[in-house]
Amino acid sequence: MNQVLANMCLAIPGMITEEYTENGMKMAKVSFSGVIRTVCTEWVPEAKIGDYILSHAGTAISVVDPKEAEEILSLLDEMN
Amino acid sequence: MKYIDEYRDPDIVRKLASKINGSVTQQWSIMEICGGQTHAIMKYNLTELLPPEITLIHGPGCPVCVTPLEKIDKALVLASIEGTILASFGDMMRVPGSSSDLLKAKAEGADVRVVYSPLDALKIAITNPDRKVVFFAIGFETTAPANALALIHAARMEISNFFLLSSHVLVPPAIRAILSSEDTFIDGLLAPGHVCTVTGYSDYIDLANEFNLPVAVTGFEPVDILSGILTTIQMLESGRNEVENCYARSVHREGNPHALRTMYEAFEVCDRQWRGIGLIPGSGLSIREKYSAFDAEKHFTLNNIISKEPEICIAGSVLRGTSRPSDCPAFATSCTPDHPLGAPMVSSEGACAAYYKYKSQH
Repeated sequence: MNQVLANMCLAIPGMITEEYTENGMKMAKVSFSGVIRTVCTEWVPEAKIGDYILSHAGTAISVVDPKEAEEILSLLDEMN
Repeated sequence: MKYIDEYRDPDIVRKLASKINGSVTQQWSIMEICGGQTHAIMKYNLTELLPPEITLIHGPGCPVCVTPLEKIDKALVLASIEGTILASFGDMMRVPGSSSDLLKAKAEGADVRVVYSPLDALKIAITNPDRKVVFFAIGFETTAPANALALIHAARMEISNFFLLSSHVLVPPAIRAILSSEDTFIDGLLAPGHVCTVTGYSDYIDLANEFNLPVAVTGFEPVDILSGILTTIQMLESGRNEVENCYARSVHREGNPHALRTMYEAFEVCDRQWRGIGLIPGSGLSIREKYSAFDAEKHFTLNNIISKEPEICIAGSVLRGTSRPSDCPAFATSCTPDHPLGAPMVSSEGACAAYYKYKSQH
């Protein structure tokens, strides 16, 4: 896990479990397979508890789109 | 982990590989731009699944690798100044400067701290008001907004002991430079999914039009990478030079406008030296004048630094995609992850480290 978090340009998906504000900044507690880290959510105003965000260097850079995520998998799975 | 495990599904990987094999009729060279993709390709041995007609060329997308030697030497000088704390991403710790690296400096008594977020570096400054804290702010467009956020937040909170040693780089100008050079032969590109999450992919549409090649915006898991390769091959085989988004669960055409706004609030585009590649016009980000009080290179005196690259290392041509790590005479002999001569042997995104780590396993 630490190896993953230390990797510079990788962003990893985690689930928002709690939202709060710190020094005027929107923050969240995010679970990465049970490991909880704090992540800044200033750039994903649409994110809510239960959503998966992609976290990079302590910031959320996107909310994972569940519809797009499943569509591509089922499309690939049906491929001949 | 959700949104990771399903993209490693062996059944889908096999189907994709078979579809790629059935789609290829001629030789194609595809560059995966991001070092994270290079590592995934080596880790999952994806080249073994591809037909011999497809050559993957490893791109320059390793921020640690392209950070100029001079900046590393400056970080070492800053770390040696009495009373300063140098905070850095873990990946930078082993990157060789001209005569030392940050890990050695730390062992010799410098206060060098590894952080995983620039906001953690800012916290160190807040909790140590009597010390000067310099964050070694490197990265591509994925990381630059986070570094900008720490800077803007420091300004808002009127923190006067926090500084950035800034070395940010932009992907599209570097790809333009590589595609323009005479010694590269690239038919298609896998665009970096996390950079595009921030920037969107309009710049890559420009590249596709300018150089007449297809681009697939691609993620980092085996299914993502193979689906990027398949899409690129299908476009190549049908003569379409377009951009397709194969990482739509994260990437939107316009990127993340909030992150971009933060990045451009703190930084402006500048010319930038890339280690191993040279000066690329408009390929970097520097701190805007209004935030110059937080610029370590303006606050500290950093003159008379003479930087010198090791002669044997071929990191430059590896980063340009004209050599493979195994072409280097020093590879796995005098250059290993424990004794690296060049940055690509250190970084978790460096091509040399990927070859060293995974080649022997397969």
